[in-house]
Amino acid sequence: MSAWLSVERLCLTEGSTRIIDGVSMSLGAQRTVVLGPNGAGKSTLLRLIHGLLRPSAGTLRWPQTLSQAMVFQRPVMLRTTALANVVYGLKLKGCAAQECERRARQALAHVGLEALAQRPARLLSGGEQQRVALARAWALEPQLLILDEPTASLDPASSREVERIINEIAANGTRILMTTHNLGQARRLAEEIVFIDRGRIAEQTPVAEFFKQPRTPAAQNFLQEEMP
Amino acid sequence: MHEFNEPFVTAWQLVAAADARLAGIVGLSLRVSLVATLIACIVGMPIGALLAVGRFPGRRVLIVLFNGLMGLPPVVVGLLVYLLLSRAGPLGQFGLLFSPSAMVIAQAVLVTPIVAALTRQVIADEWTEYREQLRSLGASRSRAAATLLWDGRFSLSTAALAGFGRAIAEVGAVMIVGGNIDGVTRVMTTTIALETSKGDLPLALALGFILIAVVLAINAVAYALRGWAERRWG
Repeated sequence: MSAWLSVERLCLTEGSTRIIDGVSMSLGAQRTVVLGPNGAGKSTLLRLIHGLLRPSAGTLRWPQTLSQAMVFQRPVMLRTTALANVVYGLKLKGCAAQECERRARQALAHVGLEALAQRPARLLSGGEQQRVALARAWALEPQLLILDEPTASLDPASSREVERIINEIAANGTRILMTTHNLGQARRLAEEIVFIDRGRIAEQTPVAEFFKQPRTPAAQNFLQEEMP
Repeated sequence: MHEFNEPFVTAWQLVAAADARLAGIVGLSLRVSLVATLIACIVGMPIGALLAVGRFPGRRVLIVLFNGLMGLPPVVVGLLVYLLLSRAGPLGQFGLLFSPSAMVIAQAVLVTPIVAALTRQVIADEWTEYREQLRSLGASRSRAAATLLWDGRFSLSTAALAGFGRAIAEVGAVMIVGGNIDGVTRVMTTTIALETSKGDLPLALALGFILIAVVLAINAVAYALRGWAERRWG
């Protein structure tokens, strides 16, 4: 399993707080889930990797440049149709108008929303909006898809649907890097777990091993508290 | 009591008869202020959006400047535009002084900072919500500004409206650069000022009613439009 990303002594400080405190790791698994308590720095780590934040120190080394897309906890929809929201992302990548629409429709079909393509995106339910966001990311055919707690504000049925979509995107060869608070979801989706605590990597373990026998006391506590 | 009521009665008769002189004045007022507001929106909205989204030296100074210019006194704007357009001024060769064009220029100058400052507030709020998503999709800052202007189009109607309200209600600037020439540059506010000082209260009152009605009607339309847009697009 060769690494597609090596992170070396990555730091992000804000004022006197170290939000990310010397993270070094190699990501090689196709599906990685970052776990950790609230405020551990999970979202920040994803944003640093995606390039939304600039590290205070340390480096990200990409053996080959990967095209990326990110899906956020709260989907951000423009005041237009679901279809136009997906088309917008494609247009920014410089795709021609007709090709854009064809790919956007295809992506909406993949997430099961082709019937709602012409509906105003902001009036869709939370779950539907998140699926539009997934379609918007999927349409870009990224080599790496980053998801920050994509199901945190969704009901169980919508969460299952989002998991199904993530699985399908992964099945096409896209690398998945995500955070979640849902341990069942982590177990279902991950190949490898990265557990971080107070801005540091506590452990990086294959998923089956992590849930059976976490190596660090911090992870043991975390699992005990989350699954009483 | 009879004497106090009389101007009101005559004013109402003027409005009801759609008096030609009255209609001319109202028409010119609307034309000048609408065109001035349109220009202010074309210039001010992109400026406001770039101030909200952009990162360049002097941005904070410009924000404070535009906020401050919202309270620009109309007579001062009138005086500056007068100096620009007067025969000896830099734009004197075009002979615009004492024409409706001069009034449009003065009102556009007066209103642009208002539109820009209000637009900046609307777009800044949107930017906090959309920022990460737009950057993730690879939008440049100018592209993001354009996207947010389009996305905020219904909220921005408030900015345009505030500008129009200011333009149609001001006296000082149009009085100075228009000259209040009967049948040429006389608008509602300048007529009200003039007729009141001459003691012709009915015409002044009639125009006062119409001015209030116009402002109320435009606000009502804008309010209805925003309500519709929110139900339609969320």
